[in-house]
Amino acid sequence: MQVTMTVNGKEVTRDVEPRLLLVHFIRDELGLTGTHWGCDTSNCGACVLWMDGEPVKSCTVLTPMAAGREIRTVEDLEQDGVLDPIQQGFVSQHGLQCGFCTPGMMMTCRHLLDHNPDPSEHEIRVAISGQICRCTGYENIVRSVRWAAEHTTSEEVSA
Amino acid sequence: MTVTQEPETNPIGFGRMQRKEDARFVRGQGNYIDDIVLPGMLHGAILRSPYAHARIKSIDTTAAEAHPKVKAVITGALLETLGLAWIPSLSADVVAVLATDKVRFQGQEVAFVVAEDRYSARDALELIDVDYEPLPAVVDAKRSLDPDAPIIRDDIEGKTNNHIFDWDAGNKEETDAAFAKADVVVTEEMLYPRVHPAPMETCGQISDMNKVTGKLTIWCTTQAPHAHRTIYALVAGLPEHQIRVVSPDIGGGFGNKVGIYPGYVLTVVGSIVTGKPVKWVEDRSENLMSTSFARDYHMHGEIAATSEGKILALRTKTLADHGAFNNTAQPTKYPAGFFHIFTGSYDLEAAYCEVTGVYTNKAPGGVAYACSFRVTEASYLVERLVDCLADELKMDPAELRLKNFIQPEQFPYTCKTGWEYDSGDYPRAMRLAMDIAGYEQLRAEQVEKRARGELMGIGISFFTETVGAGPRKHMDILGLGMADGAEVRVHPTGKAVVRLSVQTQGQGHETTFAQIVAQELGIPPLDIDVVHGDTDNTPFGLGTYGSRSTPVSGAAVAIATRRVRDKARLIAATMLEVSPDDLEWEKGKWFVKGDPSTAKTIQEIALAAHGSMELPEGVEGHLDGSCVYDPPNLTYPFGAYICVVDIDPETLQVKVRRFIAVDDCGPRINPMIVEGQVHGGLADGVGMALMEVIAFDEDGNCLGGSFMDYLLPTSMECPSWELGETVTPSPHHPLGVKGVGESATVGSPAAIVNAVLDAIGVRHADMPLTSAQVWRATEGRPFRTDLAIE
Ligand code: FES
Ligand code: FES
Repeated sequence: MQVTMTVNGKEVTRDVEPRLLLVHFIRDELGLTGTHWGCDTSNCGACVLWMDGEPVKSCTVLTPMAAGREIRTVEDLEQDGVLDPIQQGFVSQHGLQCGFCTPGMMMTCRHLLDHNPDPSEHEIRVAISGQICRCTGYENIVRSVRWAAEHTTSEEVSA
Repeated sequence: MTVTQEPETNPIGFGRMQRKEDARFVRGQGNYIDDIVLPGMLHGAILRSPYAHARIKSIDTTAAEAHPKVKAVITGALLETLGLAWIPSLSADVVAVLATDKVRFQGQEVAFVVAEDRYSARDALELIDVDYEPLPAVVDAKRSLDPDAPIIRDDIEGKTNNHIFDWDAGNKEETDAAFAKADVVVTEEMLYPRVHPAPMETCGQISDMNKVTGKLTIWCTTQAPHAHRTIYALVAGLPEHQIRVVSPDIGGGFGNKVGIYPGYVLTVVGSIVTGKPVKWVEDRSENLMSTSFARDYHMHGEIAATSEGKILALRTKTLADHGAFNNTAQPTKYPAGFFHIFTGSYDLEAAYCEVTGVYTNKAPGGVAYACSFRVTEASYLVERLVDCLADELKMDPAELRLKNFIQPEQFPYTCKTGWEYDSGDYPRAMRLAMDIAGYEQLRAEQVEKRARGELMGIGISFFTETVGAGPRKHMDILGLGMADGAEVRVHPTGKAVVRLSVQTQGQGHETTFAQIVAQELGIPPLDIDVVHGDTDNTPFGLGTYGSRSTPVSGAAVAIATRRVRDKARLIAATMLEVSPDDLEWEKGKWFVKGDPSTAKTIQEIALAAHGSMELPEGVEGHLDGSCVYDPPNLTYPFGAYICVVDIDPETLQVKVRRFIAVDDCGPRINPMIVEGQVHGGLADGVGMALMEVIAFDEDGNCLGGSFMDYLLPTSMECPSWELGETVTPSPHHPLGVKGVGESATVGSPAAIVNAVLDAIGVRHADMPLTSAQVWRATEGRPFRTDLAIE
């Protein structure tokens, strides 16, 4: 079936099987491999992207369900060569190690900061509680989000 | 909370520094196995056994082969014709690639479908018809040696039981004598249950056999690319120079990605059969049910002491459940890994350790999950036993430990099972942890809370690890000595490249190893390219696991870089028209003694080394150096951990309130990265102590096959970690560093378990300490967590 949606500001149309998961559509059809896949059961959050401005687990969405919607992925965080403060925060505070959970974490945390610009440690922990990181023990992810909260204007980092 | 200190952007050497690899990761530009797409690439999927133990009567693949998008269906029968149905394991056994005679665990590989896309490959699995004759399964390791237990490995000629090995270390007679004279002996049965490393990225491989050139290119989630290449050459008879193994970015390893899995071999066969590149990436259930598990040690532990609390001896008889094939990845001479370092951090009179390995109808594997070759089990055993002894003697567990530590002046210290501990200052680390924790106040608070009926516990663990395997005369894997190579080259313009045999899975090698070169040569880390994970472009070595990258490859890089510096000295002497003996090194330049302004920078020397200048006698052009490092000994990082828990008296749910971790891994190359490694390991400890277990029912059904059942810690279960450090350099490592990747995973579970048991006043209950287990423990009837059998 034919599906049209907006991905990172651009309209895309593709013929897909109705059962195709959105995470596979984004990765395999569009080649946006920054969105990852980590489980079969919607538990890990490696696949989090935004649908109509809300973070969703894209392994839990069938591609046709995204028809007519606005999708935003990690590839859209950097604007005009300038990293988003959340990206800078993750670099500055060592919020990532293997980097596999990172895109999903950053999409969730960008959304948190958009709605709660000065979150407490507890609020950050609640926001990412549906996502798993096996490397960082979460400490530096929390610090990364606090860094982004304290540095709201994008400035180039050495990354 | 506020953010921590901003890392320096660019220290020339050791220090906090942002990671070079992060630029691509935060932009979603990492290149993981499933991100790689090759022209014409096909996709593989594996049909797996629903039974733990069954005879295969027939396999009908006709319908699957007729699927319009299927390119090949591979069964064990086909592999038999290629001599690939079985491959050697990493521990003197064999592993079935695809089952031919029987399936021996639930999830075992039975057939492989190659199709045009991943959905079609999965569809075709449904079309394969396998006729199984179910057999009784061996699920309980403790029943595996019963005379009437079904024989799992009837493929091994003459096998009449499920026994794999008996192994011991230490002195039995001396230990028995020490126990005989002891005032107090405490005995406990402990299970370290089967758990799984579960990196966020599962395992996968793409194989591309080019029929024209004969070259096989493999992209694989491997922590040990060179070892994989050599094993393919040995097993499949492929010429080694025609095999290239590339490890792309890896989404976490933790030991899960050391070995060669049947799925990997199947992509090779798939590519040979179809003439196209074939990708296979396992799903999460496949990862949890079939790839290397960890632990599964049933330990009978005993500790002997005087009534004043002087520990005399330790003894253990342990049953090791290795699953259906003995495929643990560890040095050949050590069937139980380094478990005999269960002597821990204490000065003992004697110790004796016996381990028996058995087969069960469970997935094979056995050494994984950041365990440093079974130091995890060893550390848990001794740290639990010390707490049991403290309970028996009614002594404070911190005081008991302080009373028995090996003292700083006793190093190097040879323990009773033969390890030579290189260096340590245990009391200093312990006291620092107690200071950070406010140990006395915590105990006072606990007394108050107890009086009010509240459940609060304080747990201590003090671990000593043995990592950086290892001296090649003692340690090899499949006959390959555990030494690693490194090559450093300075380009004409003074930038450099360092090539490594080890492979990062998130540890930050691209930064850390650049910092080592920077420290030794004075070239900024951002001017140094770190090349790793590609057998065509890096020197040979056994890879990253057992916290060996910095202890082994870090030393190789330091020595290779010093060789570059020595060569630069000779060239600088010629440039300055002085004798090399008149030169002194300061970071980044050779200068004339007493005249620092007469100097040549490493960049100037590099250009001269590539230029037309006449070089000194015996010095070849260019500026490079290499080293193969054979470690003289292992390194012994250690640490003092204190955990504070609160337990809800109604639900008996455990909340980790605080966790203090003082680690001593020698000098820290990049303290930011070291802290990150510790954080991750501490979260592992929370998971294993409180949540994670792969249990089985009586038919051998795996009960931990998804993240719905195999529970990993989230941000809500983890506290904000409190870290401290002491620095005791290793005397035999060129940089003094000891390795830290696994320390926290090794050390933390015992601290958490000790805290929970301290809170509820129970001597022992097995992990994971779920509310159900805590409740059963308070009722005096903790259950076995490995079996869903009452
Ligand atoms: S892939 Fe795990 S939640 Fe989507
Ligand atoms: S950084 Fe590896 S899973 Fe989060």
